[in-house]
Amino acid sequence: MRLFLVSRAAKAALFVLCLIPALWLAAGVWRGALGANPIEKITLETGQWTLRLLAAALAITPLRRLAGWPELIRFRRMLGLFAFFYASLHLLTYLWLDQSFDWGEICRDVVKRRFITAGMAAFGFMLPPALTSTRGWIMRLGGRRWQQLHRLVYLAAAAGVVHLWWKVKSDLREPALYALLFTILLLARLRRRSRESGGERAATP
Amino acid sequence: MKRHRSFSLPYSMVTPKSVYLSRRSLLGSLLAAPGIAASAERIENVRKSGYGKGETLTPYDAVTTYNNFYEFGTAKEDPARHARQFRTRPWTVRVEGEALKPRTFDVDEILRLAPLEERIYRLRCVEGWSMVIPWIGFPLAALLKRVEPKSSAKFVAFETLYDPKQMPRAAWAGIPLPYVEGLRIDEAMHPLTILSAGLYGEVLPNQNGAPLRLVVPWKYGFKSIKSIVRIRLVRSQPPTTWNLANPREYGFYSNVNPAVDHPRWSQKKERRIGEFFKRDTLLFNGYGNEVASLYSGMDLRKYY
Repeated sequence: MRLFLVSRAAKAALFVLCLIPALWLAAGVWRGALGANPIEKITLETGQWTLRLLAAALAITPLRRLAGWPELIRFRRMLGLFAFFYASLHLLTYLWLDQSFDWGEICRDVVKRRFITAGMAAFGFMLPPALTSTRGWIMRLGGRRWQQLHRLVYLAAAAGVVHLWWKVKSDLREPALYALLFTILLLARLRRRSRESGGERAATP
Repeated sequence: MKRHRSFSLPYSMVTPKSVYLSRRSLLGSLLAAPGIAASAERIENVRKSGYGKGETLTPYDAVTTYNNFYEFGTAKEDPARHARQFRTRPWTVRVEGEALKPRTFDVDEILRLAPLEERIYRLRCVEGWSMVIPWIGFPLAALLKRVEPKSSAKFVAFETLYDPKQMPRAAWAGIPLPYVEGLRIDEAMHPLTILSAGLYGEVLPNQNGAPLRLVVPWKYGFKSIKSIVRIRLVRSQPPTTWNLANPREYGFYSNVNPAVDHPRWSQKKERRIGEFFKRDTLLFNGYGNEVASLYSGMDLRKYY
């Protein structure tokens, strides 16, 4: 297993896997198979895959420890960038198919409707980490500052869940599920950090 | 995007029901489908009406697979899947309250009260999408007159069947059930307000509110309550489900109005199902000539 994880094939496989939802949507558009309201379907699916892939990216760190597979780190950037890819499609669907690039209306929407505000914030939080995901940027910023910047992903996840929560009309199961998932992923980190800092304190005389 | 089927075809040229039922026959036989068989029934002796001339009908498949009927699930495709087994006969409707002759009607009796008409109406959902649907029905007034409303009847309250055994997904609806709706008496007696028992020349599919539903074309779709079991003539404004669930977002009147936004989204435009870009939403869904006078002097922002 660990041998596979370090192979190039594993990365290629994950790349293809992450593309499947987009290809499925594209095929659905082509065949007219996305139901009565294909644009709504595209919006829903791209939004959901953003949250799922964000969760997958955030799950890497705890999984590395739990499974004892540090190699998993190789996949985190790709998962994060695919989350950003689906977020971009989601945003583009809204800007183009929903608002026909009517920027005045879009600005009013962002200011006036809190679920749109939250969605835009989520995208805003994803943007800097996505742009600085390369090795070059790690060097330029320095590991510590780079890592701090990339903590924006937590904010993106939170804003994304809030965005969905505020959008839903009455059935809150789906946003609640994502909220639970992200809370677990976040707690897994906080616990470790508090244990680490506790350890440090114990070590000082 | 979607390959464009021309929607300007008359619906007689749309894939015949028998054809796609046979396509689904495998699935149908797996699910033992009395519901499907029932919904294929044609309704005879339907008079055409002048409503909806020049409108392009929304395809039958879209009308019957893209539904809000939370008792059968909250996703749009849920009702078509989960309402198959819904029993629509025997079915009675209790009409009572401030009336001289309250009584219980068998649904088949109701369908003989008045000549059935085809009414092609626009349907605008509060969520921002719309359809054009050829309903079969007759004015609600014809039923109400049978029970002889008293002058004290100022509003009409409607109730949907709530049977958790037939509607296991209702537990997740997130709205109080049974579903209830209401109209002011003049809205209820308005000739545009109909009870519908069919669409596209056929008996209403379960997911569309069989066996009997309300259609109020100048109001958001949720006012057009489905699968009605009780109609009450009442003295004061009755509670309505979405208003109970979220009073800030859904008012009693809920007239289609592009100038009054839903708190969470604009109502200026709508996506007509089958169209690529959104179109402008019309005040009273374009039925202003007929109904605007009902609201003269009312602040439509306050009474949203």
